[in-house]
Amino acid sequence: MTDLTVKLPGMTLTNPVMPASGCFGFGREYSAFYDLNQLGAVIMKAATGNARFGNDTPRVAETASGMLNAIGLQNPGVQRIITEEVPYLAGYDVPIIANVAGSTIAEYEKVAEAFNHTSSVNALELNISCPNVKEGGIQFGADPDMAASVTEKVKAVSGLPVYVKLSPNTADIVTIARSVEQAGADGLSMINTLTGMQMQLSRQRPLLANETGGLSGPAIKPVAIRMIYAVKKHVSLPIIGMGGICTAEDVLEFLLAGASAVAVGTANFTNPYVCPEIIKQLPRVLERYGFDSAAEAIGRGHDE
Amino acid sequence: MKKRTEMTVETVQEVALDTIEMKLNHPYISTAAQPGQFLHVLAEGHTLRRPISIASIDREYGTITILFKVMGSGTKNLAAMKPGMEVNVVGPSGNGFTVQETPARTALLVGGGIGVPPLYGLAEELQRKGIGVKSILGFQSRAHVFYKEKFERIGTTYMVTDDGTLGHHGLVTDILDKAGRFDHYYSCGPIPMLKAVREQLRGHPGFLSLEERMGCGTGACLACVVRAETESGYQKICTDGPVFDADEVIL
Repeated sequence: MTDLTVKLPGMTLTNPVMPASGCFGFGREYSAFYDLNQLGAVIMKAATGNARFGNDTPRVAETASGMLNAIGLQNPGVQRIITEEVPYLAGYDVPIIANVAGSTIAEYEKVAEAFNHTSSVNALELNISCPNVKEGGIQFGADPDMAASVTEKVKAVSGLPVYVKLSPNTADIVTIARSVEQAGADGLSMINTLTGMQMQLSRQRPLLANETGGLSGPAIKPVAIRMIYAVKKHVSLPIIGMGGICTAEDVLEFLLAGASAVAVGTANFTNPYVCPEIIKQLPRVLERYGFDSAAEAIGRGHDE
Repeated sequence: MKKRTEMTVETVQEVALDTIEMKLNHPYISTAAQPGQFLHVLAEGHTLRRPISIASIDREYGTITILFKVMGSGTKNLAAMKPGMEVNVVGPSGNGFTVQETPARTALLVGGGIGVPPLYGLAEELQRKGIGVKSILGFQSRAHVFYKEKFERIGTTYMVTDDGTLGHHGLVTDILDKAGRFDHYYSCGPIPMLKAVREQLRGHPGFLSLEERMGCGTGACLACVVRAETESGYQKICTDGPVFDADEVIL
């Protein structure tokens, strides 16, 4: 029997597969398709201090092997997430990771602190990498000092393990990763989307109302693998890997590169059952490549 | 409840310029579907499913008819499918037209382009319920026109084209008063058309069916939202809609 269990700061996962933030809402919609207890964990949609409407539409566009999105962190605000969404997810026996976003460091602190008041959230994913908002988001994730500063401040107010979600839109992701490790991060989550743009020929203008959007899907998987591999060499924090995962083979690639667990995003849109299907396939794939457990595969792509 | 399933292609035909009509068989989907709902269709090799509205439901034969415009490689692949092949769909999705609770004796349907198909399924349903149907249908040109005779068999139908090659030369809103008396209206088409229709028909109860680029199609990703007079300030087109009370959404 292949053991899929993975231990991470703040939680033990029955398997290393979870839906990625922003692609799964707060779980309700996908619970109409399958039992969420099958998941390794759930990462909730980003929370901000107050409710946000997000960007104008169109907010999504398909690309070769992927898509662009510019939702703009639409969410009902942290208080409503805590009173209305967390209790729903808490009805399942699955670790919950809350994605924390903000326009200012004070807002990050406020949101992170709010999650101290619920016993159901296991960890925070610090979103310093959203490319689709004018203020905050990526401005904290592109600069090592800013990234360290927001990590430190959030760690100071939060009682939960903090996974910092890194942006690939930076000159040197290893420097950012080291910087947040020194600032006290408990883990990393990588990668967020790559900034992109698509022109609409009929209008001769950018298709997305926000003009730019975040590129996700299989198109970015090699970028994610390369960055996780590079970061793993220099940082000892556990990594939740993401970027274009569609199959159990993809999961193994991420584990080999150095991820301890993975998040599946865009593929949920193509196939709403993709997470449980991957989880079902994973033991067979691990076995085929000679692993008795998921944990055994973590970082094995680095062995001499 | 919506399901992911394979539907069998029964027929595929081009009914107007770049406009494909596809009949799909599935016992469950055809029983569960309501006019105004959509199927979220997987185009092989593509990341995002295509939301395609249901144009007609035949519960007896277990089929659903959809119409779509060939826009890019995804819809081109779909159009190339042959009878007997299977199409992966998630559906029936969204909330359709409310017909049962409608006490109306006559309904006015106003459709534009690829917004016309869902109104056909609605027209059939209204007819079954003994409600009179008048339709105003707008297309780019004669070459783009489809289902004219089908609508005419159900009720008085006014045709409008942008270039005047068939029916009235102009916009559907030019001839709204031609339709005379009606109790409710239903409209589907481009947003500027819906805005103009709603403005002119203010005071009449009406329903609008909206379209937008979708991500998940299940209400999770918030790609297809519309501002609305609700507590949250928005509605999701894929799951709260695509049909909305005309006064509810802010266009």
